[in-house]
Amino acid sequence: MTHPRHRSALIFLASLAIFTIAVTIAAQFGLVSTSFVKTLGKTLCLCLAALAMDLIWGYAGILSLGHMAFFALGGYMVGMWLMYARTEEIVIASMSNGGLPATPEEISQGIATQIFGVVGASDLPAIWSFANSLPLQLALVVAVPGLLALIFGWLAFRSRVTGVYLSILTQAMTLALALYLFQNDSGLRGNNGLSGLQNLPGVTAGQDAVSLWFFWASAAALALTYVGLHAIVSGKFGSVIRAIRDDEARVRFLGYSVEGYKLFVFTLTAVICAFAGALYYPQAGIINPAELAPIASIYLAVWVAVGGRGRLYGAVIGAALVSLLSSWFTGGRVPSVDLGIGTINWVDWWLVLLGLTFVCVTLFSPKGIGGLFDRFAGVHAPDRKGAPLGPDDGSLQEKEAQE
Amino acid sequence: MSALLEVSGVTVSFDGFRAINNLTFSIGAAELRAIIGPNGAGKSTFMDIVTGKTRPDSGSVNFGERPVSLLKLSEAQIARAGIGRKFQRPTVFEDQTVHENLTLALKAARSPWAVLAWRKSAADEDRIAALTAQVGLADSLAKKAGTLSHGQKQWLEIAMLLAQEPRLLLVDEPAAGMTLAEREKTTELLVDIARTRAVVVVEHDMDFVRRLNCKVTVLHEGAVLAEGSLDHVTKNQTVIDVYLGRG
Repeated sequence: MTHPRHRSALIFLASLAIFTIAVTIAAQFGLVSTSFVKTLGKTLCLCLAALAMDLIWGYAGILSLGHMAFFALGGYMVGMWLMYARTEEIVIASMSNGGLPATPEEISQGIATQIFGVVGASDLPAIWSFANSLPLQLALVVAVPGLLALIFGWLAFRSRVTGVYLSILTQAMTLALALYLFQNDSGLRGNNGLSGLQNLPGVTAGQDAVSLWFFWASAAALALTYVGLHAIVSGKFGSVIRAIRDDEARVRFLGYSVEGYKLFVFTLTAVICAFAGALYYPQAGIINPAELAPIASIYLAVWVAVGGRGRLYGAVIGAALVSLLSSWFTGGRVPSVDLGIGTINWVDWWLVLLGLTFVCVTLFSPKGIGGLFDRFAGVHAPDRKGAPLGPDDGSLQEKEAQE
Repeated sequence: MSALLEVSGVTVSFDGFRAINNLTFSIGAAELRAIIGPNGAGKSTFMDIVTGKTRPDSGSVNFGERPVSLLKLSEAQIARAGIGRKFQRPTVFEDQTVHENLTLALKAARSPWAVLAWRKSAADEDRIAALTAQVGLADSLAKKAGTLSHGQKQWLEIAMLLAQEPRLLLVDEPAAGMTLAEREKTTELLVDIARTRAVVVVEHDMDFVRRLNCKVTVLHEGAVLAEGSLDHVTKNQTVIDVYLGRG
C-alpha cells in the first residue's frame, strides 16, 4: 500500500488523467468547442501558476503579490519567437511573389516593419536578437523571469523584508514592469503587446488540433509539476520551508540560511509561473502589458486562499473553480437577475460576488475548499484557543492546521 | 585549558542604555557554567551577542581552537559553527511532528540543494530514536509538537539542541515551568552534556543552580560582578546587595 501522505497526489493524478481523456474524447466527437478546449487548457496553466503560489505562500509563508509578472514574462518570451517566426513566413511568402528571391536583409527588414510598424518603428530592438531561434527563446523563458526573481529576491530577502512590506514590494515590481512595457520604446510593442500567438509557424493543422495539443501539454506540465512539488513539500525541504513560515528566527538558530531558502523558493516559483505563462499565451493568442497589472497577482492569491493554502490540490481546485466561474460570469451568457429595483448584470457584479466569497472564506472557512476534504476525512483543527502555530506573519493559523 | 569561547571588552547600548558594559567572559571546551543576575543585568543580550542576533558596538567574540570571530558571521553561520541555543519559552515547530522537528535539527548539510537531495538513513533514525528515548518522547514521535505539554516541548527542544551536536550550548532558564522531577532530570542531563561540551545556563532559580554544582558568573548592569563557586559568590557583599539581598 502507498503511504497515506502520497494518497492525495495519486487521487489528483488520476482525476487529472480522467479529465484529460474525457475532454479529448468530447472534443473528437465535437461535444465541446475549440474555444472551450482552449479555455480549459488555459485554466490548467493558471492551476500551474497557483501551485507555485501555494509553494511560496502556503508552504513558505511569503505572500508574494507579483508572481503573475513572471507568468506574463514567460508568455512574452515565447510570444516573441511565435510572432517573429510567423511574420517571417508571411514576409517570405509575400516577397516570393515579386519574382526575385529576397535577401536576408530584406527579409529581416520586412519582419521588423511588419512587427513594429504599429509603434512607428522599423528596426528590430536588441532584445529581439534571439527571436529567430526557438531553443534560445525557450531558454529565455527560464532565464529572464528567473534572473529577475533572483535579483529582486536577493535584494528583498537580504534586507529581511517580510510580511506585508514584501507583498507591497512585489506589487510595486509588477506595476513597474507593466508601466515599462506599456511604453512604445520598451521593444515589446507597447500597449499593443504581441498578437497572433495562436498561429504556430510551420504548422498546417487547424486550431481544433492545436488547441488539443496545448491542452495535453498543459495537463502534462501540471501533472509533472504536481509530482515534483509534492516530492519537495513532503520531504525535508518542505519541513524547512514550513518551519520558516511559522518561525524563521528559530530556523536561523538551527543553522539554516533563511534568506537562501526564501530566495530559492522565490526563484523556483517564478520559473514555474514563467513556464505556465509560456503555455498559456499561445492558447490565449495575445499578450499585452495589462496582463502584468497588480490585480492579476492578487487574483492568484485569492485562488489559493479559496482553494485552501498549504495543500497543493487546494491551490489547483481554487484556481480552476474561480477562473472557470469567472469566465462563465463575465462571458455574458449568465442570465441577469431582475430584482425590481434594479438588475444584477453578472458581468459587472461578478467581481462583487468574488470579493464577498473571498471575505466569507477568510472569515468562516480559513481552510478553503480543501477544508471540506478534511471534514470528510474526519481531520480536525487542533484546539489552541486561537493561537497561531508560530510567531511570524505568514504562520499557519489555528483553523488552517491539522491535529 | 584553552577557552572555547572568548568574549572580551564587549559593549552594546540600545538608544543610549548600556545593556552590556565592557563584558569579558570565557568558557572551556568541556565546562558547565551558570550565569545569574537580576532582571536587566544583560543575560539575554549576552546570549543574543554570542548567537549573532545583536551586534556589539565594540569588543571581540572569538570561538574555537583556531579562534574565529563570530562578529562577522550570520546567525545561521554561527549555529553551523557549533553554537546551539535554547530559548526561555519552548520554541519548537508546532505544526510538525516530533520526528520532523528532530530531523530538521539533526547535524547535516544545511544548504537548499543538499536538503533537496537529503534522504533519511538508518543512522539518522537510530539517532532520533536514541534522542527521544533520552528525553522520554519515544512514544510521541508521530505527534505534532503543538499537542505536547509545556514540559514535553522543553524536552523536545533540548533533544533538538543535542541533535545539532553543538560544541557550545546556551540554555536560557531550562527549569522554567518544570516539575521537581523534571528539574532533577534536566540537571542530570546538563551535567552529563557538559562532560563533552561547553554549556552555559542562564537561570534565576538558585536551588537549580546549586544542583548544577558548577562555576557561577554573576552579571550586573551588563558587566561581570563576581565569578567562582556558588558559595564563593553568594558570600560576596556586592552580590548580596544588588541581587540576593532583594529576595
